[in-house]
Amino acid sequence: MPKVAFWQGNVAIAQGALAAGCRFFGGYPITPSSEIAETMAEELPKLGGKFIQMEDEIGGIAAAIGASISGVKAMTATSGPGFSLKQENLGFAYIAEIPLVVVDVMRGGPSTGLPTKVSQQDVMQARWGTHGDHGTIAYVPSSIKEMYELTVKAFNMAERFRQPVLVLGDEIIGHMREKVLVEDGLEIVNRKRPVVAPDEFVPYKADPSDDVPFMAGFGEGYRWHATGLTHNDWGFPTNNAADIEKKMLRLMRKVDRFRDDIVEYDTYEADDAEVLIVSYGSVSRSALRAVHEMRQQGMKVGHFRPITIWPFPDKELGAYASRVKKIIVPELNCGQMVTEVERAVHGKCPVYSKGLVNGELFKPSEIIAAVKEVA
Amino acid sequence: MPRPEVLNWIRQQFFPHVWCPGCGHGIIMHAMIRALVAEGKDPTQTVLASGIGCSSRMPGYVNTCTVHTTHGRSLAFATGIKLAKPELTVLDVMGDGDCSAIGGNHFIHACRRNIDITAIIMNNNIYGMTGGQASPTTPQGSYATTAPYGAIDPTFDLCKLAEGAGASFIARGTIANPVQCEQLIRKGIQNKGFSVIEILSSCHTQYGRKNKRRRPIDNINFFKENVVPLAKAKTMSPEELEGKVVTGEFVNRQSPEYTEQYQKLIERVRG
Ligand SMILES: Cc1ncc(C[n+]2csc(CCOP(=O)(O)OP(=O)(O)O)c2C)c(N)n1
Ligand code: SF4
Ligand SMILES: [Mg+2]
Repeated sequence: MPKVAFWQGNVAIAQGALAAGCRFFGGYPITPSSEIAETMAEELPKLGGKFIQMEDEIGGIAAAIGASISGVKAMTATSGPGFSLKQENLGFAYIAEIPLVVVDVMRGGPSTGLPTKVSQQDVMQARWGTHGDHGTIAYVPSSIKEMYELTVKAFNMAERFRQPVLVLGDEIIGHMREKVLVEDGLEIVNRKRPVVAPDEFVPYKADPSDDVPFMAGFGEGYRWHATGLTHNDWGFPTNNAADIEKKMLRLMRKVDRFRDDIVEYDTYEADDAEVLIVSYGSVSRSALRAVHEMRQQGMKVGHFRPITIWPFPDKELGAYASRVKKIIVPELNCGQMVTEVERAVHGKCPVYSKGLVNGELFKPSEIIAAVKEVA
Repeated sequence: MPRPEVLNWIRQQFFPHVWCPGCGHGIIMHAMIRALVAEGKDPTQTVLASGIGCSSRMPGYVNTCTVHTTHGRSLAFATGIKLAKPELTVLDVMGDGDCSAIGGNHFIHACRRNIDITAIIMNNNIYGMTGGQASPTTPQGSYATTAPYGAIDPTFDLCKLAEGAGASFIARGTIANPVQCEQLIRKGIQNKGFSVIEILSSCHTQYGRKNKRRRPIDNINFFKENVVPLAKAKTMSPEELEGKVVTGEFVNRQSPEYTEQYQKLIERVRG
């Protein structure tokens, strides 16, 4: 029986994590994400799980990675400055292939910026914030229901691909409350445990079927070495060109291969649209309202909403580009995702960027005005 | 030649190791493994974490559950491992720079929580791996590549820091006395709480070449000549202790351990 809940967005993320089997949270308080830590502090002990408030965000993600290496699903959550601090250890989880969910509830930046105000200024940081190449999986929920369900999915993807998966909320969705129909029986994925005896275990030897190595938690009878240095199949640091390339290309490939399984998007009135609005997160709420109003005025306007911003739904958006006359991209930044939109559209129609960085959310009327300006 | 029980804890397939011949760090690795063997530890239930540095390369060679983390952060990773699975025996090896400069915050908070981890600081008074830059434990007045005119920064006493921060077992040894190191590490492992064992190591390559301790033996001799056991140190004046290395057990106290406290919290919440 689905249950009805009335949750704040941040609480929904915490509830999603618990439903996905998360039993460890390491974090550090920061607005506008603290309610996630607070909810985990309250709920985890009831389930025998562990919550720890670390000395800083670097420690928060480090402790979560440690828990995951020990075989326990783990999460950390933060905002703005804290997301910057987590970048180095995020890279560790990519190269050591440790499943992990990292939430960033976006606020205005740079630096301390706007602690209590919304932005979407971290979407490129989510893709490129840690140094070095890696494949990124990041969700951009736009409702409380999605905060819950996409957090469950984020855990599933983290377990499946053995890497960090990001949930990029924003201050509006994080602090908004909404009725949620909590479905039961959501799919839960767990990492593949080794099938060989401990003395035959090669920790980073990938399963050819999906390029993902089997993972044994510390204490599960297997001894292995995890390192942030580029390593061979044994997990041992290497300077051998062939081994380095093998590892790096596999890291990218394990996500690229299954891009179609990962990418999600949603459309509204897009099929006969002449102007397509592309927006995500809280902005899409205003945009959908704007589309609704413009349709009532007889304007052929539609909406395309990336649910995964990484990988970006480029093929899917590209398919609309030859049908529509114009694309407009309202974003709470000075134009970040729009560069991906341009890449996907590949010159097939003009793309207009509509940035907003005053700490406020777009009003539907502002989006309507922006559409009318270009139409 | 190490005993077979010790060799069982070594990943010989990963040799040759990265350390310079004569580096002090290998003595600490051997002492630590002897301590683990003597304590009857099961390598599948033992975790060894480290940060980044020459010292922190050690876990790669130790055949247990090992994680070579990021510079200065190993205790935060180890905290997650221990809290997630308190049944594991967790050790953490760090360099002096790793532990006390970039990792200082994690170090003091691990001490404060008194979480059951045995931290071994491999203190060679220098940033060995990056080519001999000054660390917080570089003695005032000695030379480093980033202190070409002598370090003016006061030297950090890590055992005092650990004491102030709340660790429940704190000791210091040197590579000139490996048997004492082994005993101190054993006591650290036995202690139910956060244990700090600072072992003065040597880096003839980087520290030695700038400070008239060019050969490995110069460093061993330096320790032999300057070590003062704690009992004797207590009878000496601060002036007499200037430049000396005080070794022994500084703190061995009972205090509540973090993962046990958390377990009690779970039981209280669950009723
Ligand atoms: C964030 C970061 N900063 C700097 C470095 C470069 N680095 C590598 S090892 C090291 C110092 C190591 O010194 P210490 O911890 O004393 O270990 P030792 O090599 O002397 O054993 C530094 C600064 C790094 N790896 N990561
Ligand atoms: S540089 Fe110094 S610390 Fe590093 S391996 Fe050589 S002697 Fe040891
Ligand atoms: Mg050092």
